[in-house]
Amino acid sequence: MSHHLVAFEDVTFAYPDGTAALRGVSFRIHHGESVGLVGANGAGKSTLLLHLPGILLPSSGHVRVGDWPVTAKTLPQVRRSLGMVFQDPDDQLFMPTVGDDVAFGPLNLGLPSDEVEARVAGALERVGATHLRQRPPYKLSGGEKRAAAIASVLSMSPDILVMDEPSANLDPASRRRLIALLRSFEHTKIVATHDLDLVQDVCTRTIVLRDGRVAADGPTAEVLGDDALLGGCHLERPLRMQGCPRCGPRK
Amino acid sequence: MTRGHSLGTSVAHLDEYASAETPIGRIDPRAKLLTTIAFLVAVASFGRYQVLSLVPLALYPIALIALGDVPSGSLLWRLLLVSPFALLIGAFNPLLDHTPLGTFGPVHVTGGWASFASIMLRFVLSVSAALLLVATTGFDAVCAALARLGVPRILVVQLLFMHRYLFVLVEEVSRTSRAFALRSPDRSRPSMRVAGTLLGQILLRTLERAQRVHSAMICRGFDGEVRLRRELRWRAADTAFVACWSAFFLLVRSHDLTRWLGTAISGAIG
Repeated sequence: MSHHLVAFEDVTFAYPDGTAALRGVSFRIHHGESVGLVGANGAGKSTLLLHLPGILLPSSGHVRVGDWPVTAKTLPQVRRSLGMVFQDPDDQLFMPTVGDDVAFGPLNLGLPSDEVEARVAGALERVGATHLRQRPPYKLSGGEKRAAAIASVLSMSPDILVMDEPSANLDPASRRRLIALLRSFEHTKIVATHDLDLVQDVCTRTIVLRDGRVAADGPTAEVLGDDALLGGCHLERPLRMQGCPRCGPRK
Repeated sequence: MTRGHSLGTSVAHLDEYASAETPIGRIDPRAKLLTTIAFLVAVASFGRYQVLSLVPLALYPIALIALGDVPSGSLLWRLLLVSPFALLIGAFNPLLDHTPLGTFGPVHVTGGWASFASIMLRFVLSVSAALLLVATTGFDAVCAALARLGVPRILVVQLLFMHRYLFVLVEEVSRTSRAFALRSPDRSRPSMRVAGTLLGQILLRTLERAQRVHSAMICRGFDGEVRLRRELRWRAADTAFVACWSAFFLLVRSHDLTRWLGTAISGAIG
């Protein structure tokens, strides 16, 4: 396995209507790192994420995932090593029951029946959703849907977990559970979100995007403490790093 | 709640009754599917003026309701929901077709009325059989059965996705119509021009969602085939189920059981 698990080299991408979404993005993410990807609406986070499983291919530059350059020919290998959790679980849970959905990936990998069964049971247990197995997705709560969506990629045993806004639409308790779950994963994680408190809890490193470029890339505590940088990117300190409204500004 | 929403949820709850605990729930989905098809063929094969000879076929849906533990109230409600289609098809027959067929007490029965009754009865029989198939089997098990019986994969996948995203679509439509209603309190329904825009919005959002779902599928190795894991085991009871019911349908089709029963009863009374 290569040391650099995910690498972007001067990647640019423009949508067919001419909108330039990425304008030369470069970074390297190493094995086991947990990276927060933050930025304003329209900064290019979602576009960047879609480059990882090769749903979008760069207009110029290169993307590498694990041992593979992401090209049209290597897509099956790339997608095998990468689990992508989409923002809206309704997009991700498309099978009749949660169990079918978690089995979807392993069955497509052509695994034997008992291995599929073991993976489904293991993934559901990992996210605490064993009891949801027979339930149809439309009957789940927001938090349950999120857990099921995460199980549906865990069952493929990916090396890298990619998540788009994992805490969106979750109530505070479900969000707290999600954070605990994410912290327990040893996978390489890339989390795109506006929830900077979640980034602070889960990610050791933060990449800030602004207008399709990397505006900052460094340890989370450093990046999220830089008010000038955050202000210029339509962001603000996580609530916990802000001063107490009663006791006055943080010293 | 909007009408669209109630329609969506009523379909949603149909296969909640599907459970393996009832005698009908234990029958292999393929057996129920084949029997339903045989039933539909039998219902369709009767002549246009035949009404009374169709009646014995009602035994099949009644047996499924009884043995499958399906609440008949919810079934009736769904029949009512789709009944306007059948009414529309049959409504003009009494006006157009005056062929005298005979008298029934003081009433002269014309061909139009007979064919109207026949259409309505056939509608009730065939739609309730289809609803009962889903209610006693579960939609995904019906799809698995279709796939096992050799129906092209692409059709089965279409059905599965239709069932999965029907609710999402209904929700999106009701959100859009609510957004319209809240900002146009004086109008009960949108004008043609606005309706076009609303529909366009819904279509665009549906296309976008389709794209996102497809992305989510290919990320997990989708190669054009959806593999549904359903343990289907064909037992002797399933063969018996298909054989007995098919034999019954054939019997009803070839002999006028109603008349035979009528004669037998009046013979016993007389």
